[in-house]
Amino acid sequence: MRDARNPLCFLFVAVLALTTLLTAGFSSPTFAQEAAETEIDRSATGGATTLEDIMRRQQGLQTNDNASRASNVGDPSAAAGLSEQLGTLGGASDPDLWRGMRFNAADVTTQVRGPASEVLIQDRGMWWLQFREGPLLTYGGYLLLGTLGFLLLFFLVRGRVRIDGEKTGRRIERFKNFERFGHWLLAGSFILLGITGLVSLMGRKFLIPAFGHDAFAWIAGYSKWVHNNVSWAFMIALVMIFVMWVVHNLPDKTDIKWLAKGGGLFGGGHPPAKKFNAGQKLIFWSVIVLGASISVSGLSLLFPFELPLFAKTFAVLNSTGLPEMLGFGVLPETMTPHEEMQYAQLWHAIVSFVLMAIILAHIYIGSVGMEGAYDAMGSGMVEEQWAKEHHSLWVEEVQKRERDAPGNATPAE
Amino acid sequence: MKAMILGFIAIAVIAVSGDLIMDQMGWSAEEQGSSSSNVRLD
Repeated sequence: MRDARNPLCFLFVAVLALTTLLTAGFSSPTFAQEAAETEIDRSATGGATTLEDIMRRQQGLQTNDNASRASNVGDPSAAAGLSEQLGTLGGASDPDLWRGMRFNAADVTTQVRGPASEVLIQDRGMWWLQFREGPLLTYGGYLLLGTLGFLLLFFLVRGRVRIDGEKTGRRIERFKNFERFGHWLLAGSFILLGITGLVSLMGRKFLIPAFGHDAFAWIAGYSKWVHNNVSWAFMIALVMIFVMWVVHNLPDKTDIKWLAKGGGLFGGGHPPAKKFNAGQKLIFWSVIVLGASISVSGLSLLFPFELPLFAKTFAVLNSTGLPEMLGFGVLPETMTPHEEMQYAQLWHAIVSFVLMAIILAHIYIGSVGMEGAYDAMGSGMVEEQWAKEHHSLWVEEVQKRERDAPGNATPAE
Repeated sequence: MKAMILGFIAIAVIAVSGDLIMDQMGWSAEEQGSSSSNVRLD
């Protein structure tokens, strides 16, 4: 089966790309800040910050003087008496206070409501910012462009997958109106979310230079509104798709045969398939699993600080020993509210990139990549020959149902 | 084609409704983080 091999092939490329993204990103010096520390002689300052530390920080380089800075936040018990010099500062100088705020050690009280309102400076956010604007943006962009390039190359080499046999002119109903409505609800919302998500992530780098700050402010504002509110349509459609098609996407022995034949990649004709072949089932489960993950992390971002996910998830992962086994070390189990949001944003974006790559391949094979495929979601009626070639077992089921229908019963003699 | 157009219309309806419901629940994007809704006056 020539057409059906393609989703599988594309999925493999996407998974490979994800592995590359994660490996490159999480093992980068930005992520593992400790690895890039440089030894600086601080004997002259008794371990405190030196001029070299300050200069390195000004140049955007890393220093490892945080330990002394975090501990030098003033000592109220050593405060001078009220009648003495500096007495009103309570034992903490201005730099002490700022360091205290930076390392979340200051005794902050505020009238601002909200779970993260007492965190005035989020010192541990730089790795997130650098990862977001570095590997995430770069490798995410490469993944999408690489997928598009691969699809173009595939099209040029392979051409459009044609219907092999002679068309019968008869058409079979493949998807009902309600199913197609659910599909387009999911598809339309996902495309909008993908575009507006990319605007949020990459707009600063690519749109501001092209259109200027004023235009980008307008675009970004509307993108945020669309992204936040269209997300509900995506989540509703995801549930609809799951309920409608999960029965047809449960693995069975025909998938093993389909996969064993590589979906027809290496010849041998079209492997038999039911309503969905193994390649389509992989797409379905990718959409469900990755879509659900994007939805959960998206909800965490939609309701800031209300749905922290990662500290608990990391604790569970650490208990399995898997992160250490894979070389990530022990994952952080206590996080500030902002860190939770940062992890949610990264996860949301990484998983979205992977799903976008998979969906690009899905769009290709469902439109220009295969003759007759679009009809399934366009009119809902497909050419009988197309159906026999790509979903032979499903056609047999449909024809048997039609024969067994009460109106078609052969009258008894 | 009809199902596709209906799907796209539904997206717009759900988005606008979502925004209104979020506003009602106190999660307005415009008010979130603004001083008027976050400052405690006690």
